[in-house]
Amino acid sequence: MLIELKDIHKTYNKGQPLHVLKGVDLEIGQGEFVSIMGASGSGKSTLLNILGILDNYDEGTYYLDGQLIKYLSEKEAAHYRNKMIGFVFQSFNLISFKTAVENVELPLFYQGVGRKKRREMAMEYLERFGLADWALHYPNEMSGGQKQRVAIARALITQPRILLADEPTGALDSKTSVDVMELLTKLYREEKVTIIVVTHESGVANCTDKIIHIKDGIIGETTLNEQHHASVFGTDTIIK
Amino acid sequence: MRFDADTYREIADSLLRNKRRSLLTGFGIFWGLFMLLFLIGGGNGLKDLLSKNFDGFATNSIVLFANETTKPYKGFKEGRTWQLEYRDVDRLKEMVPELELVTPQLASWGVKATRDTRSASCHTKGVEAVYSQVETPVLKFGRYINEVDVMQKRKVCVIGEHVWNELFPGGEDPCGTYICVGSIYYRVVGVDVSTSNINMGGRSSDAITVPISVLRDVLNSGNSVGIICAVGKSGVSMSDLESRIRQVINRQHFIDPSDKEAMMYLNMEAIFRIVDKLFRGVNFMIWLVGIGTLLAGAIGVSNIMLVVVRERTVEIGIRRAIGATPRDILSQIILEGIALTVVAGASGIVFSVFLLNLFEIITKHQAAFQIHFGTAVIALLLLTLLGILAGIAPAYRAMHIKPVDAMRDE
Ligand SMILES: Nc1ncnc2c1ncn2[C@@H]1O[C@H](COP(=O)(O)OP(=O)(O)OP(=O)(O)O)[C@@H](O)[C@H]1O
Ligand SMILES: [Mg+2]
Repeated sequence: MLIELKDIHKTYNKGQPLHVLKGVDLEIGQGEFVSIMGASGSGKSTLLNILGILDNYDEGTYYLDGQLIKYLSEKEAAHYRNKMIGFVFQSFNLISFKTAVENVELPLFYQGVGRKKRREMAMEYLERFGLADWALHYPNEMSGGQKQRVAIARALITQPRILLADEPTGALDSKTSVDVMELLTKLYREEKVTIIVVTHESGVANCTDKIIHIKDGIIGETTLNEQHHASVFGTDTIIK
Repeated sequence: MRFDADTYREIADSLLRNKRRSLLTGFGIFWGLFMLLFLIGGGNGLKDLLSKNFDGFATNSIVLFANETTKPYKGFKEGRTWQLEYRDVDRLKEMVPELELVTPQLASWGVKATRDTRSASCHTKGVEAVYSQVETPVLKFGRYINEVDVMQKRKVCVIGEHVWNELFPGGEDPCGTYICVGSIYYRVVGVDVSTSNINMGGRSSDAITVPISVLRDVLNSGNSVGIICAVGKSGVSMSDLESRIRQVINRQHFIDPSDKEAMMYLNMEAIFRIVDKLFRGVNFMIWLVGIGTLLAGAIGVSNIMLVVVRERTVEIGIRRAIGATPRDILSQIILEGIALTVVAGASGIVFSVFLLNLFEIITKHQAAFQIHFGTAVIALLLLTLLGILAGIAPAYRAMHIKPVDAMRDE
């Protein structure tokens, strides 16, 4: 298994202690396309942040590709984030004073890849996502869908094993949401990237092969969805 | 940490694409350095300007002149006027062997020098040849008054720069030409362009120096002299000689030995000491104010950078989320701080040097409003240090920003 979580606990200690994850057990294999659903405040983002090593957990064990992710130094954590994991945020999180292509090449900068090589690779990814014309534009000159595709390009440029997306369509309309989900599906099919998407839109979840429900800090039922019939609204639409 | 061209590019990008932020941050340092160097340069210029007044004047010299007495003595009432005389010069020479030379001087004010149709207001001073050792002349043309001039009562004169400019507008060598001072014709033998202003009251550029014997006859001043100048032998402190010199003079003129008001004892040494002290004080103030301003600038930079780091939390969080190590962030913020301070400081240096130069041009290069190259280098080093110090606190805060912080988008 690529990802193995056992009895993960997470408590936020800001003022009133808040026990958010109360023993999460989860296994996700190489090449899976999974979505995580649940009510607001159920701990989806918290879980995804732990998976992406953006945050740490209090109890339990997390093995990523056989390696225990616990007590990592900041440097090691940075290394995993850089090489293994690509993260896509609901609010895109592009750096506003950098152009699209500069945003996409930034992870390579932290890998120590040379300027010319970086630029080449970043252009390649932008082209693949149909954004070649937008390479020299700043984020505030782009639409939400374009921004999210730039963010996905940035997440993928280091060729990570896992792509984590926290409500990637949350800030998009239904048309661009479909575009983004099609892009993710294509990546999963053609590049065998393991993709985990947090969402509370059933249409988005319906694009994935497996839907994991989280409720009150523990994993509830897991629905297999290989036929993509989970959405009551039909197979190929995302209703907002 | 990657110290390659890309790192510097990344820093330049961060600073240049947020120009307003960078400007605000750098301004404190710019102003601090500008103030420090401008004050130092200005102080130097002022000191230069002031010390021009003393240029060429013997430091261990005194100037004596008579006042009214303030005490009754041997039947004389107080408030009596008296005069210094040639005899006093001889007595001082004889009785105070610590004196290298003693020489009298006569002066006459508000006279007019004419040549053809040109005229210049001036003052004449009658001197002996040795007076050149009290106040060193700076001769542009010709020579100074010599002993033979005095002995033979030659009607010759040395003219000051201003007089020369007025009477000889062509700037030619006036030696050998005759000018009329008062009603007497003198042959010009030299031009003294010294800037010293110590001679009692008048600017030396307005002076016409003649043999004392000639002026004595012109003024019909008999035995009395205006002032007596004396220079001590090297190593002699003129302050120590005061009481003895007063004794010699007072006895001669029937003045109470304890009457210190009856004669002005102008001690150049003391004046020089005061001026020196003054400028040391001024310099101290300049450094205090300048360094204070600079420090305030650095603290300002530190403060603004702290705020900026907070503002950049999301950006830094994003960098961390895509693989930047805390050291990457630390070095970026510190280098940003250094780059900002060095660039801002260097502009401060350039601007202050520019203004000082302007000052020099305005004052017609009379004084050097300048800073030593070494001072600027020290200031720049100080600045880099300040930059690092200013960057440390913000950099530490930035280093502790976690990748999750990128997610809190507000
Ligand atoms: N940094 C934090 N400090 C304190 N409490 C937090 C923090 N982050 C999240 N929480 C709390 O933890 C609980 C779970 O948050 P989480 O973001 O994981 O929910 P979520 O399932 O992603 O919800 P949503 O669908 O609204 O995004 C919430 O009650 C939230 O208020
Ligand atoms: Mg969430």
